[in-house]
Amino acid sequence: MSTGDIVLEVENLSVTFATESGPLQAVRDVSFTLRAGETLALVGESGSGKSVTSLAIMRLTPPAPLVTLAGSVLFTGADGERRDLLALDLDGMRAVRGNEISMIFQEPMTSLNPVHRIGDQIAEAITFHERVSNRVALARAAELLDKVGIPDARRRLSAYPHHLSGGMRQRVMIAMALACNPRVLIADEPTTALDVTVQAQILELMKELQQATGMAVIFVTHNLGVVAEVADRVMVMYAGAIVEKGGVVPVMTRPLMPYTQGLLHSVPRLDPESLGRDTLEAIPGSVPDPLSLPPGCSFAPRCRHVRPACEAAVPALEAADDDHDVRCRRWRKLAEAGA
Amino acid sequence: MSSAAAIESVETARTVKPGSRAWRRFCRHRLALFGIAAIVLMVLASVVGPWLIPFDQLKIDIRHRFAPPPWEGHLFGTDMLGRDLLVRLLMAGRISLSIGFLAMIVSTAFGTFIGVTAGYYGGAIRVALMRFVDAMLCFPSIFLLLILAAFIQPSVATITLIIAATSWMEVARVVEGQVRSLRERDFILAAEMIGAPGRYVMLRELLPNAIGPIVVAATLTVARAVLMEAYVSFLGYGIQAPMASWGNMLNNAQQYLGSAPWLAIFPGLMITLSVASFNFVGDGLRDALDARLDLR
Repeated sequence: MSTGDIVLEVENLSVTFATESGPLQAVRDVSFTLRAGETLALVGESGSGKSVTSLAIMRLTPPAPLVTLAGSVLFTGADGERRDLLALDLDGMRAVRGNEISMIFQEPMTSLNPVHRIGDQIAEAITFHERVSNRVALARAAELLDKVGIPDARRRLSAYPHHLSGGMRQRVMIAMALACNPRVLIADEPTTALDVTVQAQILELMKELQQATGMAVIFVTHNLGVVAEVADRVMVMYAGAIVEKGGVVPVMTRPLMPYTQGLLHSVPRLDPESLGRDTLEAIPGSVPDPLSLPPGCSFAPRCRHVRPACEAAVPALEAADDDHDVRCRRWRKLAEAGA
Repeated sequence: MSSAAAIESVETARTVKPGSRAWRRFCRHRLALFGIAAIVLMVLASVVGPWLIPFDQLKIDIRHRFAPPPWEGHLFGTDMLGRDLLVRLLMAGRISLSIGFLAMIVSTAFGTFIGVTAGYYGGAIRVALMRFVDAMLCFPSIFLLLILAAFIQPSVATITLIIAATSWMEVARVVEGQVRSLRERDFILAAEMIGAPGRYVMLRELLPNAIGPIVVAATLTVARAVLMEAYVSFLGYGIQAPMASWGNMLNNAQQYLGSAPWLAIFPGLMITLSVASFNFVGDGLRDALDARLDLR
C-alpha cells in the first residue's frame, strides 16, 4: 500500500526547550520519511516527544527563544517543489499550514472556537488559502461535513460547537483539516478523548478519507490497538528519540527493542485463553527526566536485559532488517534468545 | 450535491439565535433593568426634551431669578440668572452623557487594542505595554486630569480625550488577562494550524471570546467618565459657561446652597442617577455574561 512518492522527509529533527534549569531536549535527532498514501504511527508514552515532534513539523511550537528547532523537515508540495519547512518564513509557513499539511488534535471539545458557527470555521480554513467567495466556501464546507459523515450537513453549518457531541466535533475538526486537500495530515491522538465506539467510527472515517485522497497520515498515539488497526509503518519513541521503527507487521509481531516488547506486553488482551489468567506486565519505573538523561541507553534503567555496556554509551539506530531499525546494543542476542 | 443548492440551503439554515439565555439572566437582574430604563429615559429626555420646553437654556430673565420649583412653567425652578433649570439640566445631560459615552468608546478601543496586542504577542511587548499600564495606574488620575485640563483649551472633545486618557488602563488589564488565557486554548492552536494570520487570530478568534468582560468594563467606564467630567467641571477646568454640564451647574450652585438648594440638588441627582444606573447595568451584564452560571 505504501508505494507513493516521498512527501515528507524529516532529518535529524531536534527540539530544545529553554527552561529555568537549562536547555531541555524534548526531541533528539529524529529522522523518518513519509510517502503519499501511507500511515505512519508515532508511538510512545506521555512525555516521549511524539506530540512535540508533530507540532515541530507544523512549526507550532512556541517561538524561538523558548523553543529551538534543529535539523530539517523537507516537504514536497503539490507543485513538486521540495522545501525545508524549518527554513520557511512565517508567511510561507502559514501558506503550508492547513493547506498542504494539516493537523487534528486530541481534544475535540476545546479545539473549536466556541463563538463561531462550525460552517464559518471550516469556510475560513478555505478562504485563508484560496481566493473564493464566502458563499462558495460555505457550500464547500457543507460538502466537507457531508464527507465526514455529519448528517443533514447543510443545516449543521450554522450549529455552534456546543451543539455537537465529542465525536461530531472531531468530525468537524477533520473536515476543517481536510478543507484544502492537504498532502499530509498529522493526527495527534485524535481518538483518545472519544468513546470506544466513536473511536472506531473516526478511525474508519480517516481510513476512507485517506484512500479517497491519497494523503499521508502521521498518527500519533499511545494506543497500540489503534496502531495495529491503522498503521503501515510504526515509529516508537522513548525519551525524545526513536528506539525502533519499521513496517507495522515486523515491529508488532517481532519487536526487537525491549521497550517495544514491554509496550506490547502491557496491552490488555481480550482473547479467551488469557481472560482472567494473564496479569499485565507493566514496564517498571517511569520515563527519565529529560534534563538528566542517563549517559547510555535512555531505557537502560528500566530494562530487564541491561548490561554494563548499555549504560556506557548511547546505542545507534541500527538496521536489523529491511525497513526495521532498532536502537539496542543487544538486539541480536535478545532475538536469538527469544526465538 | 450541487453548489447552488448548497448555497441556498446555507442561507435558509442561518436562523439560530444565540445569547437569549444571557438576555434572560440579565432580565432577572432588577437593578440592571432599572438602570437600562433610567439611561434610556435620560438619553431620550436630553435629546428631545429641550425642544419641548418653551425656554432657551441661555435666555436670561432677571425678574425671575431664583424661582423655586415649580414656578410658572419653570418645573425645576430657575437659576441665579433666571434661566430655566430643567432645560439647562437636559442640555447639560447632552454634554455629560456624550462625554461619558465618547470617553468610553475611545478608552475601550484603546485599552482593547493595548490588551490584545500585549496578550497576543507576549514576551517583551507584553512586559513593555503592561508596565506602561501599571505606570499610568500609579498616577492619581484626578490630578493628572486637572493638570492636563489646566493646559488644554477645554471643550467637549478635549475633555473626552483627557478622560479617556486616564481610564483606558482597566480595560487594557482585563483584556490582556483574558487574551493571555485564551491564547493557550486549543482552538487558537487549531486556528494557527489552518494557517490563520496573526491579525485574524487576534480579531476573530481572541476578541469575540473576550467580549463579555470588555462590555462590562466599558459600561463601568461610562459611569466613571460621567463622574470624572463632573469633577473636572465642578473644579472649573471642564466645560465652561455659558455651556452647561452637570459638574459646572453644581459649581455655580454652591454659593447659593442655603438660599436656592434646588440648583445643587437637581444636577447632583442627575449625576447620581446616571452613575448608579451605569454601574447597575455593568453588574447585570457581568452576571448575565458569566458562563459559569450556565452550569447550574
